[in-house]
Amino acid sequence: MSRASSNAVRIGTEPSKLARGVILAIVGIVFLLPLVAMLEFTFRDGFEGAHTLGHWTTLFSPESARTYRSLFTGVSNSFLLAAVTVAIVLVVLLPTMILVQLQFPKLRRVLEFICIIPITVPAIVLVVGLAPVYAIVVRVFGGSIWTLAFAYGITVLPYAYRAIQSNLDAVDVITLSEAARSLGAGWLNVLWRVLLPNLRRGILAAAFISVAVVLGEFTIASLLNRVNLQTAMLQISQSDPFVAVICALLALAFAFILLLVIGRVGQPKRGNRSDS
Amino acid sequence: MTIAPTSSASRTADARAGATVELIDVVKDYSGQRALDAIGLSVAPGEFVALLGPSGCGKTTALRSLAGLESIDGGEIRIDGKNVVSTPTNKRDLGMVFQSYSLFPHMTTLENVEFGLRMRRVAADERRTRALEALEMVGLGTFASRFAHQLSGGQQQRVALARALVTRPRVLLLDEPLSALDAKVRVQLREEIRRIQTDLGITTLFVTHDQEEALAVADRVAVMREGKIEQIGTPEELYTTPATPFVANFVGLSNRLDAVLTDGSVAVHGATLAVLGAPQPDGPVTAFVRPEDIVIDPAGTIDATVLTSSFLGSLRRTVVATADGSHLSVQHDVSERTQPGDTIRLRLRGNAVAVSARE
Repeated sequence: MSRASSNAVRIGTEPSKLARGVILAIVGIVFLLPLVAMLEFTFRDGFEGAHTLGHWTTLFSPESARTYRSLFTGVSNSFLLAAVTVAIVLVVLLPTMILVQLQFPKLRRVLEFICIIPITVPAIVLVVGLAPVYAIVVRVFGGSIWTLAFAYGITVLPYAYRAIQSNLDAVDVITLSEAARSLGAGWLNVLWRVLLPNLRRGILAAAFISVAVVLGEFTIASLLNRVNLQTAMLQISQSDPFVAVICALLALAFAFILLLVIGRVGQPKRGNRSDS
Repeated sequence: MTIAPTSSASRTADARAGATVELIDVVKDYSGQRALDAIGLSVAPGEFVALLGPSGCGKTTALRSLAGLESIDGGEIRIDGKNVVSTPTNKRDLGMVFQSYSLFPHMTTLENVEFGLRMRRVAADERRTRALEALEMVGLGTFASRFAHQLSGGQQQRVALARALVTRPRVLLLDEPLSALDAKVRVQLREEIRRIQTDLGITTLFVTHDQEEALAVADRVAVMREGKIEQIGTPEELYTTPATPFVANFVGLSNRLDAVLTDGSVAVHGATLAVLGAPQPDGPVTAFVRPEDIVIDPAGTIDATVLTSSFLGSLRRTVVATADGSHLSVQHDVSERTQPGDTIRLRLRGNAVAVSARE
C-alpha cells in the first residue's frame, strides 16, 4: 500500500488498538505456552510435581560427560556441519550469484529455479537419491561427518539464495563494479572492497539461516546413519526425556539469538535520513 | 559556485595535457543488431567532444567501448596512439562518471574519492591531501565525512566527478551524468564541468541526448544515428550547416516545409533559398527552415494567422498557420507582441537550408 494513502480514512482495513493487542496476545500465548511448558518440565523431579535444578546440573556436570557423550558428539558434529555448509554457501553460491548478476543476467531465472527446487523436494525423497551418491562420496572423501554438508549445502540453497538475492536486488552492483573498475580496481578489489561490504547484510543472513537449518536437520542425518544434534536428541529422549527437552530448549534459544543477530546486522549501520 | 583552479589542478594540466583518442572503424553487434557501425572519431588532446543522439543511437555503447566496459567486434580504439582494445578497463587509466549514482554507499565522500588513489597504491597522506583538493575543486570540501545518502543528486555527481578526476586520468568519460538532475542543477553543473575540464585540459567525451546541453558545453559535437556518426563539427557548424536532414531536425528546432528543388536551390513560399550539403537530384523535397530564419514583416509575402505565442524570456516563439494550412514556428523579439487570431505577414531571411528528398 502506498504511503500517501495511509493518511486517508480506510474503513475496515486497520484493526483497532485493542484488537491488535488481543491478536498479539493470542499469538504470543500460542508460541510461549509450549516453551514455558518445556522449561517447567525440565525442572520437574520425577513426575510427581516437585521441582529441582537436578537435570540441568547433571547435564553439565563432568561425571555425566560419558553418559551424554553421543549428545555432545551430536552437538559438535552439527556445529562442524553448520560451518562447512556456510563455507559451501560462501564459496560456491555467493560467487555464482554475483557472477550471474554481473555477467550473465539471462541465467538469473535458471539459477533461481535451480536454487528453489530443494524446497519442493521432501527430505525423504532427497535421501533416497542421496544414498547411492554417498556410497561414492564415502569412497572418495572417507566417512567423516563433514561430508554430510554436501547434502546440507543443497537443502539450504533456497534460503541462502533468497537472502543474498534480495540484497543483490537492492544494490546496483553493475554500476558499482563498473565505477570501481574504471577507477583502476581489478576484479578481486571490486569484490572485496566494493561488492562484499554492500552485500554484508544478505551474506550474514544467508549464513545464519544456513546455520539454523543445519542445526535443525534430522531426516537426512538419521537415514544416512550419521550422528548430529537432532539424531542424538532423539536417542537421548528415549532414555532421558528431561535432557532431551533441555537440549531442545537450548537449540531453540540459539536459533532465537541467531534471528536477533540477523535482525541487528540487517539494520543500516548509520543514520538513513538525508536531512541535509 | 566559483572554482578557482587549485594548485593540483594546474599541476595536473602541466603533467598531462590530455591524450588523443581515436576510434577507428569500431563495430559492435548486440545479438545480431548492429550497435556501432564502423564508427570513426578522432579527439584532440584537451578537446571536449559530445556524442549526441536519440536513445539507441549507439552513443553510450561507443563510450562504454572506449572505457572497456563493452568488448568490440571490430576496429581499433587508440589512446595516445596505442591500441587499447585488449586492455582491461582498470588498466586504461580513464575517469568515468555514470548516469546513475555510482558512489560506493558504504564509504564516506572522502573514501570514495580516495578509492582510485588507493588502487594505485598512493601513500595515505598524499591520498588524503589529493582527495581533499579534488573535493575542493568541485566545491564540496566540507562534505568529506558525509555518506552518499546524505548528499543531493547534484552533490553526488560532483563527488563522482572529483573521484574520476583525482587520479589524473588521461581521458574523462561522462555518460549522461546530468540526466537524473533537475533543470537548474543540470545547467549549473554542466558549466562547472566545462570550467574544470578547461582548467585541467583533460580530453573529455560527453554522452548526452540533450542537444542544448551538447551545444552549450562541447568544442565539437558528434551527432549519432543508428550506430553511425551523421556529422561531427562545432556547435555552430551543426546548427548553421547541418550535413543531413536528420542533423537539421535533431539539432535545434526546424520547420519542415514542402518545396521543389531545381538547379541546387529551393523555392519556398516565394523565396528562393540555397541548399546546404551535397548536391541532390531535382524534385520535391522537404526543406528545414529555422524559426529564427523567418521574420515578421508587414511587407512579407506569406500571410499567416497566429495560433499560439509563448514568452521564453529573452525571445518569443509564435506558431502560425499559413494559407495552405501548414504550421510554422517563428522566433522573434519579445517586443513584437502577437495574439492568437492576429493576421500577420512573414518573410524568409534567405539563409541556406537543409533539404531531404520527399516521397
